[in-house]
Parts: sequence; structure tokens; C-alpha cells
Amino acid sequence: MGRYQFFGYRRENGRVGIRNHVVILPLDDLSNAAAEAVANNIKGTLALPHAYGRLQFGEDLELHFRTLIGTGSNPNVAACVVIGIEPGWTGRIVDGIAKTGKPVVGFAIEGNGDISTIASASRKAREFLQWASEKQRETCAIQELFISTKCGESDTTSGLGSCPTVGNLIDKLDPAGATTCFGETSELTGAEVVCASRAASKEIGEKFMHVFRAYQEVIERHKTSDLSESQPTKGNIAGGLTTIEEKAFGNFQKIGKKAKFIDVLKPAEAPAKGPGLYYMDTSSAAAECVTLQAAAGFVVHLFPTGQGNVIGNPIEPVIKLTANPKTARTMSEHIDLDVSGILRREMTIDQAGDQLIEIMLRTSNGRLTCAEALGHREFVMTKLYQSA
Amino acid sequence: METHFIVHDKADTVGVMVVENAQPGQQLTGWIMETDETIAIKALDAVPLGHKIALREIKSGDTVLKYGHDVGRAVASIGKGNHVHVHNMKTKRW
Repeated sequence: MGRYQFFGYRRENGRVGIRNHVVILPLDDLSNAAAEAVANNIKGTLALPHAYGRLQFGEDLELHFRTLIGTGSNPNVAACVVIGIEPGWTGRIVDGIAKTGKPVVGFAIEGNGDISTIASASRKAREFLQWASEKQRETCAIQELFISTKCGESDTTSGLGSCPTVGNLIDKLDPAGATTCFGETSELTGAEVVCASRAASKEIGEKFMHVFRAYQEVIERHKTSDLSESQPTKGNIAGGLTTIEEKAFGNFQKIGKKAKFIDVLKPAEAPAKGPGLYYMDTSSAAAECVTLQAAAGFVVHLFPTGQGNVIGNPIEPVIKLTANPKTARTMSEHIDLDVSGILRREMTIDQAGDQLIEIMLRTSNGRLTCAEALGHREFVMTKLYQSA
Repeated sequence: METHFIVHDKADTVGVMVVENAQPGQQLTGWIMETDETIAIKALDAVPLGHKIALREIKSGDTVLKYGHDVGRAVASIGKGNHVHVHNMKTKRW
């Protein structure tokens, strides 16, 4: 079984989750009210309201479906009730999630109205919730843990301490067969060549540079300045980061010194090449990125912060660590792991990495993160362009 | 001995303050992570926690090095011990 084990929920398709949510998933913005009403009726279920799903088309629509199907399919979700305005696209989400073998059912509002839909969906949600509540955790190996990472409100302490701590965890768990994921395409600007050199092959490196250049084209097309205060953010600048290049090299510490990334994923695309480190093409906005990683099937998230980003995700627990002593002191209710000892030279990166592995395994066993305790459930769909 | 600033790489031209209240004129001790060396520098400005201090004179237009890499350019001349940030340094991208 190896050195690193945790207790997780094994799902019908063999994947392992660390939470046991019954999700009420709206297809579109119009169905949020019904989904939230069902979650209010059936205590312990979780509605995931969002802003989109109408008149999207092309790649943007595909991403919408991939994100919702992926979210319902995530192993942290035991069962799912889908509610949409009409039955066609609702059924597409249901069919996608059903491929995992987990219980899922859809309800459409047109021809029924909210009240009747809420009643029918609530009955099913109650059934799913009580069924899920009898699921038991079992011993699982680290190879079954899908780990994502992304940093936020970074400052220079992120590059010195908290990001290298995540990197140290990846250096230790990549050889043990963990599946890991990083992203944030714009936030590698300046470090892109170094990043490409960490691809497992020349082809994967070229695939990375292709998505990198495509993202640069979007920025070049729409920018009205050098992006200072957007990327880097106002918070980054307050924390001492001056340029995107400086921020990029700090960010890049998260993948450690050894692991090579074995594929480049589209937003919300599930990894399909087995264990290893994956790159995902994402926005660098925290909630958008974590939502995409959760939709790709990652079950636990490592989030270094400098100035104190407070993000959580409804289905993927977000573990926060900081090396900034001021943030650890003034925002302690948000910080799961304080590694500011690295800056005082009281703690090595290696020791910090071991502590992060420990808190990650405890979180995987069921310990609630600060973001979960505080109710942070930022579910933010990525939109590629305007709706029709 | 207290470490006031940390330097990622021996080649870097800036270090990062890791204490909260460094004052102008203060003698500061720095640690270079890559080589595990200790260096000393006199602060010319009050450089806040997490902000950068110049380790040598940097001329306007010079590349600023951190992590051993190009992280932008100076847009004003910067003296050894000065605060380095958006007032005297910019991105080369975008």
C-alpha cells in the first residue's frame, strides 16, 4: 500500500472521492431558483448555481457541457440531480454523468413550472441523500488521489515559500504515482520557455506553447494597458510583485524541480494518460481555474496564497497555505498550513512539503478545510466568448 | 542572526524583504538560497515585507534578475539598497 494512504469513497467507476456530496446541478441560469429550492428542502444536498447555459455555441458550449458533466462526474459527488429549463440539454448532462455509473436523474421546468419540478426533484434528492449517507470510506493508496494546484493573491513570499512547498509535495508524490495538475496559462508569461522545457516530450512542449500563444493573442487583442493591476493584480503589487514575469517564476515553483508534465489538457478535460503531472489551459482567476480542475476530476486542491485569497470550491476542498507571516497572523481563519517559518529559516522546504502532505491526507480523510468551514463555494464557469 | 532579506539565485540583482519594519540606513543581512551564502547591504529606503531591494546598482533600461531569470527592466536608475517596484521597474511583456 505504500507510505501514503487515505480513507476515501470508492465510486461505481473505480475512482475515489474524499467528499460525499449530493449535488443539485442547474443546466442554466434559469434553473438556479429551482435547484436552490431543492437544496433548501433536502438538507445536506448542495446546489451549484451559476450564470450561464443559454444561447452558447461552438467551443464555448462544449466547454459548458464538459464543465457541468465533469462536475457531476467528480468522485467527490455521490449522486446528482440535474434541473434544466428544457429536457434536451438537461438529458445531455444526465447522460454524460450517468457514464460514471453513479445515480443521476434530470428534471425539466418547461411544461411543469418551478413548483412541480421542485417537488419531483426534492423527492429524488431525498432518496439520493439517504442512499449516499450510508457510503463508507475505505483505505486508498496515494495513486488514487487526484491533486490540483493553483495559487492566488500571490506575493513574493509565494515564490519563496508556499509555492515551493507545493513543488516539494509534487517532487515526492509524482514518483509515488499521484495524478496532479497545474494551469494558469497567462500566469506563465515570462517563464513559458522554462515551462515548456518541463514537458515530458518535445511534442507536449509544443502543445503547451500552442495554447500559451493562443492565450497571448487574446490578451494582445483586448488589452488597453500592460495589464498591471489586472495581471499582476492590485493585491500582488501590494505584496511586492512588480511584473508578470516575476509572478510567473514564483507561480512556476509549484511544480517542483523534477516532475515532467505528460499532457496538456483543454479546460475541464479529464486526464487520460495515467498517473503523472498534467498542464491544463485555464484562466489565472482562482475560482475559474479551480472550477475547471474540479470538473476534470481532481478531488483535492492545494492553494498557496501570499496576500490572502479566500477562495473555496463547492465540491473540491481547497487547502490554503501561506509563507507570509502577516497573512498567517491577520487571516488565520483562512490558512490551513502556515509555512512562514521558511522565511525565518526555522523550517526547510522539505519539512514544509511533509507538513503539506500530512494536512492533505487529513483533509482527504474528512477534515474540513478553512474554506469549507467558512462556506466558500465559488463555482465559476469559464466562458470563452459572447453568447449568440 | 536575523535574516532580513532572501535572494533566490546567486545571479539575482534583487532580494526580497522577509521582515516587516526595515528602516532606511539599517544594515541588513541577506541569505542566498542557491548557494547558502550570507550577504550584507545597507537599506536606502523603507522596504516593506515582501518587496524587493536592489543588491547592486541597476541602470535605467537594465534587465532585473530574480530566480536567475529576466523578470523585467528598470525604468529609472536604481541604487544599491533602493526599493525596487512599479515606480522604477516594468514588465517587458504586454
